[in-house]
Amino acid sequence: MSDWSKAVSGFSAQAQSGGHGLDIEEPLIFEEDGPGRSGVDLPPVPKFADRLGGLRRQGKIGLPGLSEPQVVRHYTRLSQKNYSIDTGIYPLGSCTMKHNPRLNEKLARLPGFAELHPLQPMASVQGALELMDLLAHWLKTITGMTAIAMSPAAGAHGEICGMMCIKAALEARGERRARVLVPESAHGTNPATAATCGYAVDPIPADERGRVDLAALKAKLGPDVAAIMLTNPNTCGLFEDQSPAIAEVVHGAGAFFYLDGANLNALLGRVRPGDLGVDCMHLNLHKTFSTPHGGGGPGSGPVALAPSLARFAPLPWLVHDGENFGLVEHKDGAAADALGRIKAFHGQMGMFVRALAFLMSHGGDGLRQVSGDAVLNANYLLASLKDVITPSFTGLSMHEVLFDDRFLGETGVTTLDFAKALIDEGYHPMTMYFPLIVHGALLVEPTENESKESLDRFIASMRDLAQRAAQHDAAFFQSAPHYAPRRRLDEVAAARKPVLRWRAKAPPHAAE
Amino acid sequence: MRYLPLTEADRRAMLAIVGAKTVDELFRDVPASAQLKAPLDLPASMGEIEVERSLARLAVKNLSAAAAPSFLGAGAYRHHVPAAVDYLVQRGEFLTSYTPYQPEIAQGTLQSLFEFQTQVALIADMDVANASLYDGATATAEAVMMANRITRRHKAILAGDLHPHYRETVETYGRFNGFDTIARKPVLEGKDDLVALIDGTISCVVVQNPGFFGELRDWTALADACHRAGALLIVAVTEIVSLGLVKPPGAMDADIVAAEGQSLGNALDFGGPYLGLFATRDKFVRQIPGRLAGQTVDAEGRRGFVLTLSAREQHIRREKATSNICTNSGLCALAFSIHMALLGEAGFTRLAELNHAKAVALAERLARIDGVRLVNDSFFNEFTLRLPRPAAPLVESLAAKGLLAGVPVSRLLPGPEFADLLLVAVTELTTDADIDTLEAALREMLR
Repeated sequence: MSDWSKAVSGFSAQAQSGGHGLDIEEPLIFEEDGPGRSGVDLPPVPKFADRLGGLRRQGKIGLPGLSEPQVVRHYTRLSQKNYSIDTGIYPLGSCTMKHNPRLNEKLARLPGFAELHPLQPMASVQGALELMDLLAHWLKTITGMTAIAMSPAAGAHGEICGMMCIKAALEARGERRARVLVPESAHGTNPATAATCGYAVDPIPADERGRVDLAALKAKLGPDVAAIMLTNPNTCGLFEDQSPAIAEVVHGAGAFFYLDGANLNALLGRVRPGDLGVDCMHLNLHKTFSTPHGGGGPGSGPVALAPSLARFAPLPWLVHDGENFGLVEHKDGAAADALGRIKAFHGQMGMFVRALAFLMSHGGDGLRQVSGDAVLNANYLLASLKDVITPSFTGLSMHEVLFDDRFLGETGVTTLDFAKALIDEGYHPMTMYFPLIVHGALLVEPTENESKESLDRFIASMRDLAQRAAQHDAAFFQSAPHYAPRRRLDEVAAARKPVLRWRAKAPPHAAE
Repeated sequence: MRYLPLTEADRRAMLAIVGAKTVDELFRDVPASAQLKAPLDLPASMGEIEVERSLARLAVKNLSAAAAPSFLGAGAYRHHVPAAVDYLVQRGEFLTSYTPYQPEIAQGTLQSLFEFQTQVALIADMDVANASLYDGATATAEAVMMANRITRRHKAILAGDLHPHYRETVETYGRFNGFDTIARKPVLEGKDDLVALIDGTISCVVVQNPGFFGELRDWTALADACHRAGALLIVAVTEIVSLGLVKPPGAMDADIVAAEGQSLGNALDFGGPYLGLFATRDKFVRQIPGRLAGQTVDAEGRRGFVLTLSAREQHIRREKATSNICTNSGLCALAFSIHMALLGEAGFTRLAELNHAKAVALAERLARIDGVRLVNDSFFNEFTLRLPRPAAPLVESLAAKGLLAGVPVSRLLPGPEFADLLLVAVTELTTDADIDTLEAALREMLR
C-alpha cells in the first residue's frame, strides 16, 4: 500500500453531518414527512356526491408531506450529486453525450407545442404537423432515405419498429425467415430486439481489423436469414469499409440491411446511409441531434425506411393533401399494410422541436463540421494517448476510440479501477467493457463539443493515471473513487437482496 | 458556429499531432464511392434569433390547449404543473446526465429513481415499480410479454374498454413477438363477461381502470378468476391522478399495473414524451422489463443507490433479456416524482377530489341538455356522452371557434356505432367559466 493510500485510509473527509463541503447528505423524501403538509396550495374542493360507483380508495397511501422549500432543496442537493455534460466531458462511447443547447429547451416549451393535446382536431395543429414534416425532411436528406417513421420513442424502440417492418415485408413475400445476423461488437439492444421479434440471433465474428468478417458473413447467409443488424461506424469506432459489399451479399440472399444509427454523428454531411444500400435505420435524436439524455431518457428514435419497407411503417402516417397536413391513424386505404401502432399517439413531439432547433442552428454546413470535429477530436485523443494506453486497432478512428486493458498488463489494475480513478480527476469515465470483442474495453467518445483545452486537460489526466498504473500503484486505483459523493457501491449485495423501494417501519395500513 | 469550440488554429494544431493535413483526410477509411460529393441540400446555419423566429412561426399556427377551454383527455391530460417542477428538471445535472452507469457520481438520479419507484408502488398499491418505460401503451405491451414469460402461455385477453391505442400497440407487439390477442369489442351498456373467456391457455387479461369510456370497475373477481386459471391480471391506468381517490389496482389483486404517468409533472407535448409506469408483485421482480434502482451501501457503509438486477437487461443478457428496453423516460419520471413530492398525501388526494368534483358538476350540467345522454354509471374525471348526432364534425367546428370540446370516440374507434360518442374530461384547470362555455356551445350546436 502506498503512503498516500495509507494516509487516506486513516482520514475521514466527512463532517459530522456526513457531508463534504458542497456535497451535502440528503435523506429520502419519505424521511422528511410532515403529515398534512403539502407544497401545492390547491383551491378548496366544492361539495360533491361522488360518482365513483363504490370504488373510493380506503386508507392512507403513504406519500410524504413536504413544503415547496423542502422539495426545492431536496432536488437541488440531489442534482449536486450528479455528473453531467454541463459539468464536464462525458466521454461515454456510442452514447454521443454532446452539448444540449438551452435554446432547444426554450422552444420546446412554447405553449404552441408544449400545450397541444395529441387528439385535437387536425385543423388546430397544422403548425405541429408541419414541424414533424420539416424534421422528417431534414432526416431524410441526411440519411438519403425516402420515408421515415416518426413515432418510435427511443433507439431500442426504433430497432423494434424497423425489425417489425422487415418481418412484415418478408411475410408479404410469403417468407418466414428464422435468423438475424448480428456482429459480436453490436449493442445489446440489437440481439434483444431480434429476439423480441421472434428471431434467432446468429453472431458474426470480427476480423483482425475490427470489422465484420465478410467471409464469415457470406458463410452464414442463407435463405433463412431475415436481416443483418449492423452499426456503422461500428462500436470499435471503425468505419465498416466493406459496407457496399455487405449490402450486396445481404440483398443477394434476399435479406434486409438494418443499420443501427447510434453512431450517425460520424457521418453527418459526409455519408448518407441510403447510398450504402441500407434498407432501414433508426436515428437517436438524443445522441446525434442533442436532445437531453435526462438521466436515462426520454429518447426519440425515428426510423428511416427504403421504398421496399415504407408501406409497412407504423401508424400514424403524416400526409399532406396539397393544402393541409393530416395523420392517417387507421389501417385502411393506402395504409392497409401498415404495422399498426407501436405506442400511443404520434411520437416524441417535445424531442422533435429540440432536434429541429439543433438542425436549423447547424444547417447543412454546420452538420458537416460536426462530423469533422467529432472525428478530429477522437483522433486527437488517440494520437495523444496511444503511446501509453493500448488502442485495440491500428490506424485512424472515426468519432470514438477503442482502447483495451493490455496497457494495464500485470499491474493489478483493471479497467474498472482505472475508470473509477478517473472520477477522482473530475471526469465521467468512458464506456467500459464494451464492445465485448476486446478485453477490458475502454471506449472513448469526446464529441464535437469539447474544446482543445478541455481535451488537453483530459489527456493529461489519462496519461498521469496510465503512468501511475505502470508504477504498480494498484491500491490507489482499487480504492478509487475517494472524492465522489459515494465510494464504490456494493452492487453484488444490491442484487442479492434487492431493496427496490422505501418501506415505513410500520406499514401505513397497520393503523387501520 | 456557436456550439463548436474548435478554432481553425486548433484544428491545424490537432491535425499536426494526428498526422493528417485536412479533416477530410481522417475519413479515408470511408470508400470514396460512399462519400458525398456535394453538400447536403439543406439551409445554412442560423443564429438563435432566426431559429427562434422560424419555430415560433410554427407554434403560433396551433391552437394551444392553454389558450382555449379544453375538455380533451383519452389518455393525455392537461394538469397544472407547479413552477418548481420545471425549474428543477432543467438543472443541468439532471437534464444533461445519462443513465447512471457510474453510481458514485449519479446518486442524484439514482436516489430520485428509488423515490420514484416507491411513489409508484404506493399509489398503485403494489410491491415494486421499475424506473419507468416509454409510455402507458408500451408498458402494457411489456406487461403482456412479462405475463407470457411467467405463465409460459401466449394468449392475452384485451378488455373492450382498454384504450384503443394501447390495444393496437399490444396487438402489434403480439403479431411480431408471437402471441395471440383476443380483443373484445367495447361494451357500452352492461358488462362483458371476461371471466367466461378464461381458460388454461390464457396468460393474462388486460383491463383498464377507469376504462377508456371513463367507467370505474372493481376487477377483484376477475383477478380471482385469472389466478384460479393460472393467469395474471394486468390493469392499465391512463389517468394516474385517479389513484388519489379510486380503489387502486393492488387492492383489486392485480398482478401487474401498466400506467401512463404524464398527468403529473409533464406537459401534453402533442403526445410525447410521456411516462410509462410499471408496478408488480415482489415474486415477479426478476421478470420486470427495464431499469431498476436499488439500495445498497458504499465501501464506507453509507447508504447509496445503484441500478440493480441488470442480469435481466439487454446489455448483459443480449438476446435472452427480459426486454430490449435500454433507456427509460428518466426526465419525465423525475418531473412526475417532484410533482408528487410537492403534492404529498394531502395534495394528491385533494387534487383527485378536485378533478372528480368538477367532473360530477359538468356531467350533471351536460346531461340536462336535450338529446344528450351520459353513458356512464360511474367515472373519475372523464365520461362519455351520447350526442344526437356525430361528434367529430361538432368538435371540429367548435375548435374553429376556440373551444376544445372533447375527443370524439370515432377518432380512435372508427365505425358507425361510435360516431355519436364524445369523451369529455376535466382537470383542476377547468374553470366554472369553461364549463359554462361548453354547456352553452353544446346547447347552441344541438338546438
